[in-house]
Amino acid sequence: MHTGMMAMTFVAFCLPFAGALAAPLLTRLLGHRAALPLALFPLAIFLHFAQLLPEIGRGEIVTGGYMWVPHYNVSFSWLIDGLSLTFLLLISGIGALIVLYSGAYLKGHPHQARFFSFILMFMGAMLGLVASDSFLMLFVFWELTSITSFLLIGFDHAREASRRAALQALVVTGGGGLMLLAGLLVIWDVTGVTQLSLLLSFGPEVRASPFYVAILVLVLGGAFTKSAQFPFHFWLPNAMEAPTPVSAYLHSATMVKAGVYLLMRLNPVLGGTTPWETILPAFGGLTLLVGAVLSIRQTDLKLMLAYTTVASLGLLVMLTGFGSEHAAAAAALYLVAHSLFKGALFMVAGLVDHETGTRDITRLGGLGRAMPLTFAAAVLAALSMGGLPPFFGFLAKEEVYVALSGGSLRSAAFMLAAVIGNALMFAVAFAIALKPFLGPRVATPKAPHEGPALLWLGPMLLAACGLAAGLMSAEVHALVTSPLASAIAGQPQAVTVSAMPHASLALLLSAVTILLGVVFFLLLDRARRAADRLVEDIGWGPDRGFDQFMAGLVRFSHRLALLLQPGRMEVYLTVTFVVVAAALLLPIAWYGEWPRLPIWPADAQFHELAVMALALAGVFGVLSATNRLNAILALGIQGFAVALLFLLFGAPDLSFTQFMVETLSVVILTLVMTRLRLQPRDARPLSQKLPDAALAIACGLGFSLYLLRVTQGRFDPVLTEFFNLYSKAIAHAANVVNVIIVDFRGTDTLGEIAVVMATGLAILSLIRIRKSVAGPATTATGATKAAAGEPQR
Amino acid sequence: MEVLFSLLVGVFFAAAVYLMLSKFLVRILLGVAILGNAVNLLLFTSGRILREVPPVIPAGLDRQVAVTANPLPQALILTAIVISFSFFAFLLVLSYRAFQDLGTDNANDMRVAEPVADSAPPTGY
Repeated sequence: MHTGMMAMTFVAFCLPFAGALAAPLLTRLLGHRAALPLALFPLAIFLHFAQLLPEIGRGEIVTGGYMWVPHYNVSFSWLIDGLSLTFLLLISGIGALIVLYSGAYLKGHPHQARFFSFILMFMGAMLGLVASDSFLMLFVFWELTSITSFLLIGFDHAREASRRAALQALVVTGGGGLMLLAGLLVIWDVTGVTQLSLLLSFGPEVRASPFYVAILVLVLGGAFTKSAQFPFHFWLPNAMEAPTPVSAYLHSATMVKAGVYLLMRLNPVLGGTTPWETILPAFGGLTLLVGAVLSIRQTDLKLMLAYTTVASLGLLVMLTGFGSEHAAAAAALYLVAHSLFKGALFMVAGLVDHETGTRDITRLGGLGRAMPLTFAAAVLAALSMGGLPPFFGFLAKEEVYVALSGGSLRSAAFMLAAVIGNALMFAVAFAIALKPFLGPRVATPKAPHEGPALLWLGPMLLAACGLAAGLMSAEVHALVTSPLASAIAGQPQAVTVSAMPHASLALLLSAVTILLGVVFFLLLDRARRAADRLVEDIGWGPDRGFDQFMAGLVRFSHRLALLLQPGRMEVYLTVTFVVVAAALLLPIAWYGEWPRLPIWPADAQFHELAVMALALAGVFGVLSATNRLNAILALGIQGFAVALLFLLFGAPDLSFTQFMVETLSVVILTLVMTRLRLQPRDARPLSQKLPDAALAIACGLGFSLYLLRVTQGRFDPVLTEFFNLYSKAIAHAANVVNVIIVDFRGTDTLGEIAVVMATGLAILSLIRIRKSVAGPATTATGATKAAAGEPQR
Repeated sequence: MEVLFSLLVGVFFAAAVYLMLSKFLVRILLGVAILGNAVNLLLFTSGRILREVPPVIPAGLDRQVAVTANPLPQALILTAIVISFSFFAFLLVLSYRAFQDLGTDNANDMRVAEPVADSAPPTGY
């Protein structure tokens, strides 16, 4: 990629964020018409990446980027192959239509500018995600899509359901994102590479690694949560709380496919193993069936579509992991077809909602005459979703059945799941495309009429694309689906399926699917009741489980906080000293570093022993003092005894300071104690005294043992010798202790002086605080209260 | 001599911990005072103990030639004494003010910062 193109690509990745910044100003100037200039941003991106189509169609891979943090080998780099390019074009192309659509859909909404900003930010994140080459970029953009999705789902933040759905999506996909991060780190550790383009050649190493299963579980955790695979599917239908443009864009065409993208991207690296080819089709197939059955149950147009999206994502995961020759091609075709028809149908649902005021399928009917263009778009999209020739959805379904017709029991089981799932989706597609538009007119909250051009343009264009792609399948295969399938499979593949039906098992299965679909469609009400009963019989679902989990989390945190922070100082101190005792005693016991049995020092002299005894007497005096005078006296005795010890053992400086400080302490203590009542006796009951004493003795023992062990060890005199050597030579003073304090460690002493000063100031303000604050403060609050209370009375 | 000092330090620490585990502010304060001395003696002992020779370089020499007490722990302790004294004085005044305002010297009855009736946080969205 030459420099100019590289710079342009970089600009293309930045463009959505620039649009997000410009959106508030443009909306203030132009109102809802700001959608027109804002749609130019994604359009420019679409055109830029469309230039790469011929190059990618020849099977080339475009990489580029800039170093970001060279020290850690972190780069902003991209990898564009058939897979990335398809996503880039879908995201920017559908994105442009969505921006136009939301211009009309949210016309007059007070926060429309904010909406434009969020959706453009999401677009930037999504573009970055599917083109990222470095793991770090991939993760950052992955989480950024979760965050922007949170903002968009919670757009209508005044409603609780909205807030709940937003939080749910964030918790589920954000949690999955963390798993993905862990998975990427393990991959990094195993292979030593941090770029996807390099990783693609490390497949055998990764698959042979003992950490393969860990990598698989972590990556699948990220992909399954993002792509709403069972049992993490519940957040996607709830995300329908978002405005419909969001549902059409994030929750059908783009973001929920990020998980599928990741699986497709890593298929050449992680795929081909038994766990991969078991877990993916199993979860995918289950998701397909669960999603399809649950979609039948709904009456809300958006929810019906949301559950079919879950089902479609299941189908894509199943195909990605299936591993047969045609599976990659089928996944590629279905991915493109789904984005086109599902985006269109969501926009149709929004259009119906916007014009009639309801999207309950049982309260809609006979809109065809009032909204002919909407009707046409809906039917075109449904024909593709139902898989009828010559629409692109037909090609996808043909290839799916070719891929699954392996002849083994495994193939047959997944084939059955695919047929049932597709038939149910067929029924839902036509329920949405026909029921609201045909039959007798049903009264709706708003009088229906065709929506503005901005609203029907998007669905019409997407649905027409589904038809055009089916008709011009050779060109589409050459430019899009073959490179896409090659990227998924990890080797060159040519997709050949055309819209011309030809006799085969796949065609027969297609016919069976359509037949079954028609039956389901005709029996929709009965099927809905049956699905309803099934769900009610099961009762509990992961959605309720999420509530229980969140409530449990709050309760657990509260209990934990109360346990760790009960508000009682003795608990804090007990915990602290238990840790101190453990930190002292456990290492000694663990490593067997017990001190040798102490020997009575032969050189101990009588006056030294007497001073020590005096110190002990002082300490015991404090412990057993029953009135304040005794306590203060005893404290003074132990302090002066320590000062004497310093004096006897070569530390006159310490001794003088200690004498001074002890005197001051006793004076201050006496001043305060005359006001404070010392309990005549230690008020602890014996049941508490004993554990406290045991803990105290453990601490004391710990320090004694530690000190004995230390003093029995070798003494390292390096520092002492340094100070003895250089005190006079460098600092020109004879008293080594003083030299250390004022010269070698002068800054420490400055800090110490600062501490003393700060304490002094704090003490001063503590003493003065009552006089200065108590008076004016009470009057102030009283005055405020009076002022606030006045007008009410 | 280190042996005796080690045992003395243990007793000082034990006494300090025992006092600080009390509920009553005055006892806690006495414990803090003793804890300061315990720590200082700990530092002093771990630098090894020598009698009666302060670490001063004799006049006329430009380096220490005689064996003297270790100056390093002494410098550390000198700082520590002053800091622990200001800490002690601050705690003392703080307790005094707390006693004046709250009318109790029982630490368990002082619940201004962490009130007893701490209701459960709301669940929901």
